[in-house]
Formats: sequence, structure tokens, C-alpha cells
Amino acid sequence: MSETKKLIVANRRQVLAAAGAIAGGVSLPAIATQPARAQVQANPAQLAIAIRKVVGSAEVKVGKVKLDAPPLSENGNSVTMTVTVDSPMTPTNYVKAIHVFSEKNPQPNIISVKLGPRAGQPTIQTRIRLADSQDVVAIAELSDGTFWQDTGNVIITLGACLEDLLDGARTD
Amino acid sequence: MARALINVPAKAKRGEIVTIKTLISHVMESGFRHTSTGIRIPRDIIDNFVCTFNGEEIFRATLYPAIAANPFITFNTVATASGTFTFQWTGDNQFFQTETASIVVE
Repeated sequence: MSETKKLIVANRRQVLAAAGAIAGGVSLPAIATQPARAQVQANPAQLAIAIRKVVGSAEVKVGKVKLDAPPLSENGNSVTMTVTVDSPMTPTNYVKAIHVFSEKNPQPNIISVKLGPRAGQPTIQTRIRLADSQDVVAIAELSDGTFWQDTGNVIITLGACLEDLLDGARTD
Repeated sequence: MARALINVPAKAKRGEIVTIKTLISHVMESGFRHTSTGIRIPRDIIDNFVCTFNGEEIFRATLYPAIAANPFITFNTVATASGTFTFQWTGDNQFFQTETASIVVE
């Protein structure tokens, strides 16, 4: 086995061990395996700020929205995520927008979409990047001005933004 | 010209909800990555996607670096009449691409 491969395997083991520790209910000191080079800072505070920017002073209630993301993903570079909102989609009662936020990515926003009554069924699907195991928040804005949210937790065994580390390992 | 794949049903009944799937090839470089020498790779993403039907906007998405490479977006619309969907992607470095797809509504 080449040096590079050994490095990658070692990384994967560490990450898996870390995931195991989480599953076992042991609190992990801020992802010890994360290198200093990957400047990915967790930003749960920025998440709250980003949500405030979208919803203003409105209250965000839980319900009506369903965020469908895999509970465990091997690779954070592409996680398929579906957001569905429970709405009749009539001209007077429809979903105006869906916003998706991440808790620990370098930037909290993931996607914002604008819909209208003629969407018929307010469902969107896309593939997202997650830097780390974290909560993903989907917020729907309804035509009556109310906001609804759903949160899903995704465990990532190999985060996005880590591939530059692997590139580095190859050239070292 | 980036390669784009669009999936729109060729035929639909009036009032039926149709699902539109779009995929475009793009690196979606987040701007948060560094090369092995520590140089930051500049952001290069598609940040806007708009779908219009016969000139009327039916879907708009603002994308952020957290969208995976080769952005794949699925959404729905009601088939009201025969016509043409126009898909438009815009992004960093003057990225601009338009594709069309037509639907026949019976």
C-alpha cells in the first residue's frame, strides 16, 4: 500500500472512530481529527443571524415542513436533500419561499427558492455540501406571512472541504 | 458551454403536476478551499437559477457555496398549457447559460 493510501485510510479510521464515539453518546472535543489547515469554523451563531435576516421578527413555528435528508452520509460533498411543505397551493394559500440553512458550514445559507401557487406541489430536491455532522434547517415562508421549520441531523463521516487535505497528502 | 441535462415530461394532462429535474455541469468551487500550498481557491459558483414558462417566472433559486458540484435541482409545476420552459443559470465569472424544453398539454 502506498504512503498516500495509508494516510487516507488512517484518516478514514479516525473519522469512523469519531463517528462511533458520537453514536456511543460520548461528547467529542470539537472534532479532534479536523486539521488546522481546513479553516472550517462551526458557526451556530451565524445560523441564527442568517435565519433572522430571512424571517425578520416573525416567529418560526415547527411543523408543515418536512426535511428529508439521510441520517448518515459517508461523504459531505454531495448529500441529497428533499424539502416538502404541507400546503394546498391555492392562489390564496401557498408557499412563497423555502430556505435551507446549515449549522456548521463556513456559510450558513444553503439554498433559497421562490415558489408560487402554480408550483402545484411545494417540493424541492437538491444535493448539498456539509462540512461536518450537523443540523440542517429548512424554513418555509407561507403566503399568509407565517414561517415554519423542520430540522434534520446528518452525520457525515467525511466532510466536504476536507479533500484539500487529501490533495495535500498526495503531494507531500 | 457547460453541459446541462433537463428532464421535463413531453406530454401532460391539463392541471397535472409535473416534476422538472435539472442538472448542469459546474465545479461550484466554494471559495473556502485551499491548495496544498495554502493559497485560497477563489469562489466560482452558479448563484442564480430561474425557470420561466412562456415568459412567466415559475421558479427561482438562489444558490450558495453549499450546493454540491454539478447543481441538481428538482421542482414541480402545474401543466397549464403547451409551451416552452426556459432555464437560466447565472454565476461567478460571467457564467450564463440558457436551455429550453417544451411540453405538450392535452
